[in-house]
Amino acid sequence: MTENTPIDGPDARGRFGDFGGRYVAETLMPLILELEGAWDEAKADPAFLRQMDDYLRDYVGRPSALYHAERLSAHFGGAQIWFKRDELNHTGSHKINNCLGQVLLAKRMGKTRIIAETGAGQHGVATATMAARFGLPCTVFMGATDIERQQPNVFRMKLLGAQVVPVTSGTGTLKDAMNEALRDWVTHVDDTFYVIGTVAGPHPYPVMVRTFQSVIGREARAQILERAGRLPDACVACIGGGSNAMGLFHAFVPDKDVRLIGVEAAGKGIKTGQHAASLKGGAPGVLHGNRTYLLQDDDGQIIDAHSISAGLDYPGIGPEHAYLNDIGRAEYVSATDTEALDMFQLCTKLEGIIPALEPAHALARVGDLAGELGKDGLIVMNMCGRGDKDVFAVAGHLGVKI
Amino acid sequence: MSAPVTGAARLKARFDDLAAQNKAGFVAYFMGGDPDVKTAQKLLDGLPRAGADVIELGMPFTDPMADGPAIQAAALRALNAGVRTPDVLAMAKDFRKNDQKTPLIVMGYYNPIHHMGCTKFAEACADCGVDGAIIVDLPPEEDVALRAAFEAHGLALIRLATPTTDDQRLPTVVAGTSGFVYYVSVAGITGALVPQADPVARAVKRIRKASGLPVAVGFGVRTPQKAAQIGAIADAVVVGSAIVDAMGAGGVKEALALTRQLADATHGALRESENE
Repeated sequence: MTENTPIDGPDARGRFGDFGGRYVAETLMPLILELEGAWDEAKADPAFLRQMDDYLRDYVGRPSALYHAERLSAHFGGAQIWFKRDELNHTGSHKINNCLGQVLLAKRMGKTRIIAETGAGQHGVATATMAARFGLPCTVFMGATDIERQQPNVFRMKLLGAQVVPVTSGTGTLKDAMNEALRDWVTHVDDTFYVIGTVAGPHPYPVMVRTFQSVIGREARAQILERAGRLPDACVACIGGGSNAMGLFHAFVPDKDVRLIGVEAAGKGIKTGQHAASLKGGAPGVLHGNRTYLLQDDDGQIIDAHSISAGLDYPGIGPEHAYLNDIGRAEYVSATDTEALDMFQLCTKLEGIIPALEPAHALARVGDLAGELGKDGLIVMNMCGRGDKDVFAVAGHLGVKI
Repeated sequence: MSAPVTGAARLKARFDDLAAQNKAGFVAYFMGGDPDVKTAQKLLDGLPRAGADVIELGMPFTDPMADGPAIQAAALRALNAGVRTPDVLAMAKDFRKNDQKTPLIVMGYYNPIHHMGCTKFAEACADCGVDGAIIVDLPPEEDVALRAAFEAHGLALIRLATPTTDDQRLPTVVAGTSGFVYYVSVAGITGALVPQADPVARAVKRIRKASGLPVAVGFGVRTPQKAAQIGAIADAVVVGSAIVDAMGAGGVKEALALTRQLADATHGALRESENE
C-alpha cells in the first residue's frame, strides 16, 4: 500500500476546510489522540504497509477487476460504463479494505477487543471477519430495525463469532448504533478499538478510512488508463457516510477533467422529507465527532434518515465530501428507492451482476450521465457491494414471497 | 445598589460561600422539559429549597451519546413533548424571577448550539439568567467560538475532566476555564458505574491544583451514602440520573424528596480541613 496525497487536508486539527474536527466527550479525547499517534506511525512504517499489501492480495483478493459493462452501456445508449468490481472482495463489499487496516492497527496498538457499528451489516461482517482472522473478540452494534431487514448478515456475523447487540434507542438504525458504539467505547477505554466503517467520526477516522479505501481509486485509475487509454470523464459512487466514494474519488481528485459524482439516497424523494440526502437536504452541524452536513430540524435536533438501503440510511456524511461539495470539486446528486429497485433488477438481468441496493443508487445516475456524455464518454462506477444480502428485502418490496 | 451578581461570578460567590462553611455543595441535574415544561418548571423552582446549591438544567438532544438509559429516556420524553432549546432557556428565565442567588448552568450537546450560533446562544443564556454551560461533546480543542461568546457575557464554560485525563492533558482541559471543573468520576456513560472514593480523591486534588477552581464530581452517584462519601473529598457532588429516574417514577414530589436526602447527606459530609 502506497499512500499518495493528491489534495491538502485534513489539517492538524482534522479539518477539511470548515468540516471534520474532533467533537467527542473528554473521556475519549486521550484515546483519539493515542489513535492518531499510532496511525501516524503505522502509515509511515514499511513493515505495516507491506503487511497490508499482503493481506489485500491474498485475503481480500485485490486488485479487484475493472469490468466493461457492455450490455448496460448499450442499454443506456451513451457513454461506455465500467464497473470497479469491489463487490468481488472477500465478504462482498469494499468494507473489508478498511476493516483490514483498522484491525491490523488495533493489533499493533495492543488492543484486545474490537467494536463496530453497522447499518446494512456489510461493515459488521467485514469487521467480524477480520476479528475472527486475528482472534479478537468482537461486538457489533446494529439497530433493531436494520437487524430485521438484514437477517443474512446478522447470521453471518454470529457465525464469525461476533456478538451482535440490537440497538433499540432512537429509531434503531445506523446513527443509533453509532451512539451505542461510542457509549461502549467510553466504558471500555483501556482494551477496546472502535472500528468505524465510514469516512466520518472524529479525526483521524475520516482520513484514516479514506487512506485504507483509496486503494480502490488507485487501482481503477491505473486500470482504466491501461484498458481505455485515457482517464474517464466521470467517476460515480453511492454515498451514505461516503467511504466507497471517497475511496474511488481520492486518486482522481487532482485530475481536474474527471468529474466526481456522489449519489445520495433520496428515499421516497427529497421533497417528501423521507430521505438520506444530507448534502442536498441537510445543513452543517456537529454529530458523531465531526462537523459536516446533517439532516436536522430548526433546533439542531437530528432527523431520521430514510432509505430502502440500510447502508445509506444515515443522517450525515463524511466531512471530506462536505468539503468537496462546498469547493465544487465533486458533484452530489441523488436517486430514490424506486430507482434503486429498478436498477437492482436491470443490472442483474443485463450484466449477470446482482448489485447491492447501495450501488444500485449510483447506477440510476450513471444511466442519465451516459446519455449526457454520449458515445465517446467514459464512466467508472464503483460497484461497491454485491446484492446477495438484499435478495430477501427486494423480494419483499416486489411482493414476491420466498 | 450594586448590579446583581450573575454568570461565572454567581458560581464563584456560591462556591466561596460553601468553602467558608467548609461544606461540599450539592449540584442537581435534571432534564429541562421532562416530561413537559410546566411540570419540569415546578421541579426547577423547588430545587433550591430542597437543598440544591447549583442547578444543572439539561437541554434535550436526539443523540445523547454520553448518556445512559435514564437521561436518554428523559431527553426523548422532552423532545416528544415538543421541547426545544429555547423552551429550556425560557425555564431558566422563569426561575430567575424568584431566585437571584442559585447558580444555574445548562448541560447538553453542541449541535443545537451550533445551529443557533454561539453568539446568539450566549446572548440568550445571559438574557435568561443562565450562568454557564457544560457541553459534553465540545472538548477544549473545539470550543474556541463558544468560549469567546461566553467570555463576552461573563458566562462560565465548564470543562470536564475524566479518569482518562492524564497529567499531559490536564493543563489543556483546565486552561481558560471558569466556574468549576466537572470531574467525570468513571469512564463510562451517565448513571452506569459507581465511583470509588480513593481514585476520586486523588483526581480531585490533582485537578484542584492544576485549575485553582472548585471540583464537582458526578456520574454514578445515586445514593445519600455515596453522596456523603464523595462530599467528603470533593467541592461539590453532582447527581443526575437518580433524580431523573425519581422524576420519571414519582414526579416532582419524589424528585424533590430525593434531592433533599442527597443534599443533606452532601452537606453533612465530614470533610478534611483544606489548607489550599
